[in-house]
Amino acid sequence: MTRFNAWNVFKNGLNGQKGWSRQWRDPEPRSNYDVIIVGGGLHGLATAYYLAKNHNLNNIAVLEKGWIGGGNAGRNTTIVRSNYMMPGNHQFYEHSLKLWENLSHDLNYNVMFSQRVHVSLFHSPGAKDSYARRYNIMRLNGTDGELWDLKKLKKKIPILNYNNARFPIMGAAVQPRAGNARHDSAVWGYARSANALGVDIIQNCEVTGITRQNGNIDSLQTSKGSIKGKKIGFAVAGNTSRLWQMAQLGNLPIESHKLQAFVTEAIKPFLDHVVVYGVGGAHFYISQTDKGSLVFGGDLDWYKSYAQRGNLPIVQDVAEAAMAILPSIGRLRLLRHWAGIMDMSMDGTFFICKTPISNLYLNAGWNYGGFKASPASGWYFADLIANEQPHKYIQHHHLERFEQGINLDERGAGPDPKLHG
Amino acid sequence: MIRIKCPYCGERDHSEFTYGGDASIRYPALDASREDWTQAIFFRENIRGFQKETWHHLNGCRMWLEIERSTVTHEIKSVKPCHPDLQKIMDSKK
Ligand SMILES: Cc1cc2nc3c(=O)[nH]c(=O)nc-3n(C[C@H](O)[C@H](O)[C@H](O)COP(=O)(O)OP(=O)(O)OC[C@H]3O[C@@H](n4cnc5c(N)ncnc54)[C@H](O)[C@@H]3O)c2cc1C
Ligand SMILES: [Zn+2]
Repeated sequence: MTRFNAWNVFKNGLNGQKGWSRQWRDPEPRSNYDVIIVGGGLHGLATAYYLAKNHNLNNIAVLEKGWIGGGNAGRNTTIVRSNYMMPGNHQFYEHSLKLWENLSHDLNYNVMFSQRVHVSLFHSPGAKDSYARRYNIMRLNGTDGELWDLKKLKKKIPILNYNNARFPIMGAAVQPRAGNARHDSAVWGYARSANALGVDIIQNCEVTGITRQNGNIDSLQTSKGSIKGKKIGFAVAGNTSRLWQMAQLGNLPIESHKLQAFVTEAIKPFLDHVVVYGVGGAHFYISQTDKGSLVFGGDLDWYKSYAQRGNLPIVQDVAEAAMAILPSIGRLRLLRHWAGIMDMSMDGTFFICKTPISNLYLNAGWNYGGFKASPASGWYFADLIANEQPHKYIQHHHLERFEQGINLDERGAGPDPKLHG
Repeated sequence: MIRIKCPYCGERDHSEFTYGGDASIRYPALDASREDWTQAIFFRENIRGFQKETWHHLNGCRMWLEIERSTVTHEIKSVKPCHPDLQKIMDSKK
């Protein structure tokens, strides 16, 4: 693997870019691995990378049924923030943000992490109080958070609708270190670095069956034959229930729902921040890519689905929300919209945990928020697989928490997966 | 848009309805074990394919419906009122 650095860029500029090698091998699976991670999204790839890097394991495979990053990893709206307040969640997401801050250097791959400031608008004194509480909890835990009054907000983002909005903007809760990253780059960067440490990344390899022996998992049946693994980790996002049932483990506190994303034609620099708008049933978040397109999204489609395509009522909802706060984009054309299948959990919080099968480990339940989580998710999942002990930050992120009454419900929305965002 | 044939109102856009959830769930007896209650409230089969689910015709007749729908293609196989007596009443008025 040729490293990216100024000298190599210069040299290849002179020789017609002929000196670059493949970014990762495309191996056929071996028959035996120490660890097999199912799912080549960001969580699977990051886990393999940290297993190799932090725990010196080198006989690892990632099995991906399609191409890496073809699932939610390549379909999300790329917002990275750490404005969580529940114990454990807060420390976990803050660590993730810190990993993002150094990720391009660590992976020697530009993930285009842009700390462009995350701005959540509020429209009532009640919403302001509730944000003040959340952002104060963050500050007490050492995360950055600010409240902007209307004067400051107008100065920073003059293009919002301050004149005749149905819900007048009163100010914003702000996390300055939050922002966006390029999702494909993060996928390719983790894949390339994991590969360099010896990880086999095997695409077009769908797990179709699970063979158990003496209670443990003996081997995985795949579209590329049977593969044995000493330890198996699931990181398959919206397909978690299917893998779980292949392992004959019954039900999970997860439902699969689809969430859409939208992209407009490219325009000149227009919006420097990530802006979030949510009031009176509306939900909308928007940012501008380096190419100039506006990328935005809203609520999920409100009914359970495994279809990776969105439905029209949400297109209308999102367009209405856009017009409510950014009427100046009303003439822009939408280029594309699509959907991804998310693993919505019963309390809106994830699972990184052991399972009833002693050599199976679970990583799931990421809801709308798993992109930002990917570095820490890989970090702590690798730690759990290697050391057999959950780190203290994720000690309650297991499947028994519901029976034990320790739900981690950031929004207080109750046990209805579609209500968690 | 999914089109749902409400037994009372006729065929309507799904945006008139709200999705309830898995219709196969039965709550256990009040004094059932904590484990049984945890399973009923928090654990789901999360079927990929046809499942029985509830919808509420919120912006219509407000009836709760039990619908058999594919979670992959969104095709609907059957629609009926959740409450069996409602079906009887509608049949008797025909
Ligand atoms: C529209 C949208 C917008 C979002 N916006 C944000 C955001 O702004 N910020 C944020 O933090 N999060 C966001 N998310 C959430 C985030 O994208 C996900 O939580 C995260 O990507 C999930 O982890 P992953 O990358 O590992 O999943 P995926 O990329 O879905 O990876 C799972 C992989 O498993 C593979 N797989 C499934 N079954 C099998 C099998 N049987 N055998 C082999 N492989 C299998 C799939 O093909 C897939 O590639 C968004 C999600 C969507 C859909
Ligand atoms: Zn009706």
